Amino acid sequence: MTRIAGGQIDRSRTWAFTFDGLPYTGHPGDTLASALLANGVRLMGRSFKYHRPRGVIAAGSEEPNALVELRTGARREPNTRATVAELYDGLQAASQNRWPSLRFDAMAINDRLSPFFAAGFYYKTFMWPASFWEKVYEPIIRRAAGLGSLSGQDDPDSYDKGFLHCDLLVIGAGPAGLAAALTAGRAGARVILADEDFRMGGRLNAETHGVGGIAGADWAAQAVAELASLPSVRLMARTTVMGAMDHGIYAAVERVSDHLAEPAPHTPRQILWRIYSARAILATGAIERPIAFENNDRPGIMLAGALRAYANRWGVAAGDHVVVFTNNDDGLRTATDLSAKGLEVSVIDARNGDEVTGSAGSLGLKSITVRRANGRSEVLRVNALGVSGGWNPNLNIASNHRGRPVWNDAIAAFVPAPDSVSGLTCAGAVAGVMSTHAALATGAARAVAALAELGRSVTPMDVPEAEDAPVKITPKWYVQSGKGRAWIDPQNDVTVKDIRLAHQENFVSVEHLKRYTTLGMATDQGKTGNVLGLAIMAELTGKTIPETGTTMYRPPATPVALGALAGRSRGPEFKPVRHTPSHVWAAEQGAVFVEVGYWLRTQYLPRAGETTWRQSVDREVLQTRRSVGICDVTTLGKIDIQGTDAGAFLDRVYANTFSTLAIGRVRYGLMLREDGIVMDDGTTARMGADDYVMTTTTANAVPVFRHLEYCRQVLWPDLDVQLISTTEAWAQYSVAGPNARKLLQKLVDQDISDAAFPYMACGAITVCGGLRARLFRISFSGELAYEIAVPTRYGDAMIRALVEAGQEFDAVVYGTEALGVMRVEKGHVAGNELNGQSTALNMGLGKMVSVKKDAIGRVLSQREGLTAAGGLRLVGVRPVDPARSLTAGAHFLAMGAPATAAHDDGWLTSVVFSPHLGHSIALGYLKNGTARMGERLRAVNLLASTEVEVEIVSPHFIDPEGERLRG
Amino acid sequence: MIINHPLLGPRDAQEFVYLGDAALIHRPDGMVAGEDAFHDYLYLRDNPAGLHRELWYHEQGDRSWLVVTRHTLTHEITGVELARDVARAAGRSK
Amino acid sequence: MADHRLKPLSPLGHANPLTETVGPVTIAEITDTALASLATRIGHEDDVARLAAAAAIPLPGPGGHAQGAIWAAFWLGPQHWMIEAPFATHEDIAAVLRTSFAAAASVTEQTDAWARFDVTAPDLPAMFERLTAFDLRGAASGAATRTVIDHLGCYLIVRNPQTLTVLGPRSSAKSLHHALVTAARSAF
Repeated sequence: MTRIAGGQIDRSRTWAFTFDGLPYTGHPGDTLASALLANGVRLMGRSFKYHRPRGVIAAGSEEPNALVELRTGARREPNTRATVAELYDGLQAASQNRWPSLRFDAMAINDRLSPFFAAGFYYKTFMWPASFWEKVYEPIIRRAAGLGSLSGQDDPDSYDKGFLHCDLLVIGAGPAGLAAALTAGRAGARVILADEDFRMGGRLNAETHGVGGIAGADWAAQAVAELASLPSVRLMARTTVMGAMDHGIYAAVERVSDHLAEPAPHTPRQILWRIYSARAILATGAIERPIAFENNDRPGIMLAGALRAYANRWGVAAGDHVVVFTNNDDGLRTATDLSAKGLEVSVIDARNGDEVTGSAGSLGLKSITVRRANGRSEVLRVNALGVSGGWNPNLNIASNHRGRPVWNDAIAAFVPAPDSVSGLTCAGAVAGVMSTHAALATGAARAVAALAELGRSVTPMDVPEAEDAPVKITPKWYVQSGKGRAWIDPQNDVTVKDIRLAHQENFVSVEHLKRYTTLGMATDQGKTGNVLGLAIMAELTGKTIPETGTTMYRPPATPVALGALAGRSRGPEFKPVRHTPSHVWAAEQGAVFVEVGYWLRTQYLPRAGETTWRQSVDREVLQTRRSVGICDVTTLGKIDIQGTDAGAFLDRVYANTFSTLAIGRVRYGLMLREDGIVMDDGTTARMGADDYVMTTTTANAVPVFRHLEYCRQVLWPDLDVQLISTTEAWAQYSVAGPNARKLLQKLVDQDISDAAFPYMACGAITVCGGLRARLFRISFSGELAYEIAVPTRYGDAMIRALVEAGQEFDAVVYGTEALGVMRVEKGHVAGNELNGQSTALNMGLGKMVSVKKDAIGRVLSQREGLTAAGGLRLVGVRPVDPARSLTAGAHFLAMGAPATAAHDDGWLTSVVFSPHLGHSIALGYLKNGTARMGERLRAVNLLASTEVEVEIVSPHFIDPEGERLRG
Repeated sequence: MIINHPLLGPRDAQEFVYLGDAALIHRPDGMVAGEDAFHDYLYLRDNPAGLHRELWYHEQGDRSWLVVTRHTLTHEITGVELARDVARAAGRSK
Repeated sequence: MADHRLKPLSPLGHANPLTETVGPVTIAEITDTALASLATRIGHEDDVARLAAAAAIPLPGPGGHAQGAIWAAFWLGPQHWMIEAPFATHEDIAAVLRTSFAAAASVTEQTDAWARFDVTAPDLPAMFERLTAFDLRGAASGAATRTVIDHLGCYLIVRNPQTLTVLGPRSSAKSLHHALVTAARSAF
């Protein structure tokens, strides 16, 4: 065991866990990484490309190496960083990207083949022959690619999304963040303090120096306790702010249950928060970077600050023979701290000219080679090496809005540019001020400044006494050596050589360098090693680092589970459902439902003995045409249009005229877009002098309403028109067929004889002894038909009453399929014809466009290109051989014409089987179609390899004179 | 993004539907203007890398159409007005 | 009211409104309130204010709900309100309002357009922060707003710190109810 004294773990409790099936123990407060190290496990994974043995490098979320699979079964999660995986009793973890075992990995052969796998390998190798790509190369690459593997099962956990509001969002709960939160929270500001760690305090938990006379970790605990007592402060541990959106909105993922074996019932695993902040402070600290040298990727070689964190926070000695290789004073702290814990430590300080030039140990570090300033080399037997090349501000979020970081010579690192993100300021190490005291002071000062911008005057907290050492660093990026490989991006296996190769091949821009070598493109986004690559490129090109530049970061700052982005929108909850008023009844009848947008509509209602949908649909159509059918048409959009200018308004939004419509009458309306294309159609009823009810197609209810609001607010702001949707307020049923009137008259309290209620009449009525209702004598089927509307709460009772009243007529309830059949038989246009490309002229409705008034789309509908002779016209189509069936989408071709686009004459838009006619029929758009009645053409469908000889006929397959409607 | 609604204060842009250039307010009179005028009105748009006046519709809110002045590079919003007021000020009426 | 023979269903599809308790949360389907929208006709702003005052109908400003002795109202948009009245006495609410406002306003019945759930809990914000972008924690009693809950356009009315009314599209009553129950279980 390598557990040593101290740390913030609860030694009174011991938890069992497994790694690759072997049992280990740890304590509450451990991460998987600290617990594995405490058990002497250094080898935790294999690298991506070369399958090199790897161990943990860091102690935080920047970890590039120690990626493991957590949990088993459906909850298995690949590529989880062991450094942030909170230990729990019973945790099961496994290494990944190895076969058959972590210690012996057959794919390690790649390491021997490394000369072939240099930067650009894929681009250069898999070029030719082209035919090899799909069958040979891609399968090989896919098999070799990736690290962990998915469970292949549905995620059993749930995820929430949520919204939070605050005056001040503080990102990071180290000394700077705590000071900012205390300053703002004590003043009563609404503060959210978010930290990705389960224990707030940041580096204070990992250091030995004190704050205000007590241990830093204790000071942090006290600060957190005080913040928890402030009602306006929300503390969010285990919460990663992953990106800055616009205008003070931040995205954050809270890991609610990841520290448990599984979430409590009904509790989400994670929550994706959308945080609305008036101001934000970035206090995400800094991330240490290594110095590259040959074979610097062995398990046991880690960042010096991580080595120290494991010892101080978790009471773990990663080795008992330790060397620290540093170019700055902070590295020396590791030596001091570890030495104080009784470990044997020596320091190789690059500033003295000493360097580590290599390492040995096949599955873990056994020795290093050191080249002294005097040129002499020696081999040191060590089992832990801490490397420090300096600290990079963790500025990920500050660059989300393209604010390019700027170079700071004093700390030899990039810092966020001022005002990189509007409303966000930086405090502490992320701002480039590296001492604890400066972190506390800037945290307090930034909070004061942020609240001042919000008009609140607050006093900063008294900054306690704390470590205030200056940064002393001499930049050193890598150790010159011979032929070996020195890693700078261990996760993507990018080495110093790859940077040289990129330079040699002229990929010298940082953006090209990144994409060519994949530097920084792994799940860790190169948080530890990116700057090394830039520095080496700078050296190769003879430029400075600031001249070379740096890439920027996009959200997310750390990997996010897709489940968190999906939230509750999964499976049947992907979208809400809209139920029609007849749904309960229809479900009782065994109806088959179809999704129409959010709506669930009755598609058809099978009866006993029917084995195909066609049997049901044919019966519904024939029964309706023979006697009477009932259909729920509630889903059509209904818009109440009132006001003294309502008629004038309708004249502007419809191509045809409405101001002349008599009270108590309905008219079919055609709505155009300003470009002259048909937008929607439907009937509008004039219920009173200033009172109209417009219907829209089901699909366009929302866009049409939006358009009408646009017309009345933006185009004609003084028209006296008021709008409100009433789609949901009324249950509306179509009653169609020769017996429609007889059926309805049994329910309607008033006289609805043809004289009292003629074709296209509408009005307020009562039904069933006094219920307020509306009746419209309109028809989509071509039959004598009415639509009757009752308040929605009576929709269920109404369908039952209609069915009961219809029994003596053998009435049928029909669904959307029969509805579609009957409208095609009647030649009415619908969605397939209203395709966003068609004009009124195309639809055979050209005469509806009034030229006597200004209306949306009128002028441009008359454009030459839209009105040219020979354009597409709506036609009816029947197969010459009635036994053949047509397919929608088939194209018209003249007899004998080759099936090419040049000979295309149009296409079939809607196809149904007409039980009335006993064969397949269709509507279609045909060039010069009106003049081609009786002509024979071919309907060719190259996708289905079908070709049917067809005859062009009138689109009105039944009752072309409309006698049934007026019956 | 956040749109500071003139009546309701700051609201998430997710509640809005975007239409485009606020020049759409200046629709020609269809009884006077011809195809060319409508062509220019409908299809010719400035596409500035900078401040842009745009129509947004508060569909999941009070259903007001707004004219939002937004910087297309930074998303900074410098002005939000009720489109009806803007239209009236531009001389539009019935 | 008229003596017809049809039986209504609640938005959730039952003969009687449903009340569900989830931990400290009560989610009650409410059907006892009639609704109608009232929109001022252009140029009649003063008339509407005067007639509303005479009829004891409160007309709150943007983002507000106001409760009178019989009538209540919340703001929908500029010169546009949703009026509430007891269903038992005002089932034909639109006709009543039309009488009061005559040609000064446009009135549209809305009772059945909406499913209403009154949610009661000691800490409502903890539940609704998982449902809506509306800042309930910062809202006072009498606040009313339109917002989105699980893709559904809804109105929220803060009756008091422990009671919130959610009005959602009636056809999606079940989806909305499911969202409320799920959030209550998740938050508490």
